[in-house]
Amino acid sequence: MKYLDEFRDSAAARGLLKEIRRAVTRPWALMEVCGGQTHSILRHGIDQLLPEGVELIHGPGCPVCVTPLEMIDQALAIAARPEVIFCSFGDMLRVPGSHGDLFQVRSQGGDVRVVYSPLDAMQLAQTHPSRQVVFFAIGFETTAPANAMAVYLARQQGLQNFSMLVSHVLAPPAMEAILRAPGNRVQAFLAAGHVCSVMGYHQYHQLCENYRLPIVVTGFEPLDVLEGIRRAVLQLERGEACVENAYARVVTEAGNQVAQQRVEEVFEVTDRAWRGIGLIPQSGWRLREAYQHFDAALRFAVGDIRTQESPLCMAGKVLEGRIKPNECPAFSTACTPRKPLGATMVSSEGACAAYYLYGRLPHTAVLVPEPRP
Amino acid sequence: MSLPNPASFVCPLPLRDYPHIVMGHGGGGQLSAELIEHLFLPAFGNTQLNRLGDSAVLASPPGRLAFSTDSFVVRPLFFPGGSIGELAVNGTVNDLAMSGARPLWLSAAFVLEEGLLLATLGAIVERMAAAARAAGVAIVTGDTKVVERGHGDGCYINTSGIGVVPDGAEIDSALARPGDVVLVSGYLGDHGMAIMSVREGLAFESATGSAPIESDCAALHTLVAAMLAAAPGGVHVLRDPTRGGAAATLNEIAASTALGIALNDDAIPVRPTVRAACEMLGLDPLYVANEGKLLAIVAPEAEQAVLGAMRVHPLGRDARRMGTVQAAPQGMVTVRTGLGATRIVPVPLGEQLPRIC
Repeated sequence: MKYLDEFRDSAAARGLLKEIRRAVTRPWALMEVCGGQTHSILRHGIDQLLPEGVELIHGPGCPVCVTPLEMIDQALAIAARPEVIFCSFGDMLRVPGSHGDLFQVRSQGGDVRVVYSPLDAMQLAQTHPSRQVVFFAIGFETTAPANAMAVYLARQQGLQNFSMLVSHVLAPPAMEAILRAPGNRVQAFLAAGHVCSVMGYHQYHQLCENYRLPIVVTGFEPLDVLEGIRRAVLQLERGEACVENAYARVVTEAGNQVAQQRVEEVFEVTDRAWRGIGLIPQSGWRLREAYQHFDAALRFAVGDIRTQESPLCMAGKVLEGRIKPNECPAFSTACTPRKPLGATMVSSEGACAAYYLYGRLPHTAVLVPEPRP
Repeated sequence: MSLPNPASFVCPLPLRDYPHIVMGHGGGGQLSAELIEHLFLPAFGNTQLNRLGDSAVLASPPGRLAFSTDSFVVRPLFFPGGSIGELAVNGTVNDLAMSGARPLWLSAAFVLEEGLLLATLGAIVERMAAAARAAGVAIVTGDTKVVERGHGDGCYINTSGIGVVPDGAEIDSALARPGDVVLVSGYLGDHGMAIMSVREGLAFESATGSAPIESDCAALHTLVAAMLAAAPGGVHVLRDPTRGGAAATLNEIAASTALGIALNDDAIPVRPTVRAACEMLGLDPLYVANEGKLLAIVAPEAEQAVLGAMRVHPLGRDARRMGTVQAAPQGMVTVRTGLGATRIVPVPLGEQLPRIC
């Protein structure tokens, strides 16, 4: 498949691995920011192939995982209302709130639908004028332009029965929060390529300078990830700290300015609570005042729902890269994809789910990468 | 295969003046009788069914009997490459075939939703009949019930089937041995992605110039017969990887035998269009349903003979080896990635969910 196969080529991957091995003289800890990268790393087994000195710390970039529990509870409350058609991306349906998930709401009669785009939800609102259609607008900068577009169009068309439950989060403030946290071990970032495809990477120069660490904009296919690692390791070994773009086929320094304008028009920056991490100042987007009548939390008056996380769940430490998922005592015992304590065990981008899915081999089975013919 | 047009189906009238299924069609009275006389009998008719007894009375053939049942619920009822009608026949035929049986007889029980267009039911029944003829099985008994509007998805079908297992055919997961090879009869994931491509909310088209994704729905018993004939005793296990895909089926085999199954990522056959659709939706083709593929665990010395027989059969043209059976890790399916690492192929939890971005 074009644009995929050439970035999964095993000979090229072996070449990059060799270069990384040659470059490493001491241990380094790199954080891949995006959950999509985490899954790619575990799916293709990249972590098994890296030299011992290179550690990958899995970052907070899974939008499903960091959506706060109370936002899920608000979603559950709205979705259960008889007049509502509640639309969400698929992997949000299994994320546990404090009382069940959206699947359970659906089984109890709630009209919960999986859509692939917020514009599909908007169309549902047009074709079902007697129902209230609510879209669960979560995600990083990557999903924001389409969400902004849906609200923008809804306002243009005077759609009265469409609204959004917004829980957008921003990557750079979370990266900074990780660097500021006591005990931080991250020495370089592999920045999330798709976030940068929208926002560019100009905003990383300041971060890079302030904290003196390499930031490499990185894609998602095995060769993209390996190239990101290679560049980060080379910088670290040379004692350099600059912003590099290893995903140039998708990302430019300025990003997608049309998308940014639409986002800017509809959303404004706000403080945001991250599930498992806590409040990070100026780390989210909410609807601007001119668009507030599209805010589902206001429309359905669920804004005051407040809830507590499971005390057993260590998702926050996982998301900040302080522990690996399998170092959590609840991992694969009290917490499995079937009975998840936290969202990191649910989403296809969640680090705990990725470990559970791809990394659960018994210790007796030593995984030695064999040379391939 | 083009999509059927239920509206073009000419129903063998007279079915009174009802263009839709009404509650009375399941009531056992005149309306039921008319449905049987003018719709089911013309389509399925055979000496057993034509007797219209409470049960079919069948002469027992020599050999052991295989018996299986399956219920079919699918939305939409018609999809690229098939319909619930073909699924209902081929699904049960394949379940029989996976024990090495030659399928002989089917039952067909319909649960219809009030309001279903008779023309739609007619088209489904026609396709069922055609699939049964093609598979050489007779639908010898049946039933129809009607549920109120809103209590069903148009049409549910249950089929049960009886087949006869020829002497000498021993197909059993207990026969799998370390060193056996895992063969697959063709490309994986076609059926599930064909359904997904036409589902509300997820509808997508394949890239310009490439063929649309079609269901692989097909009856596999003649392929199985050819495999068994090519290497008597060499085929140890046969399974059709339907719901949950190859990953679920292989995990079941691994769990029940306490053996490991090691796949090679590069050898897993997936069409480019299916792979593209899976990539777009964040799905893994190993977990996507098939309706016309089989997985075979075969003794290593029989591999070439079995593969040869598969490849000259129209349903096995793209057959290949995609893995091996190993003593460890016990009860687990692993895959060797393109980069040379190894990871687990876990048991799927439920349906796969398209991911956010």
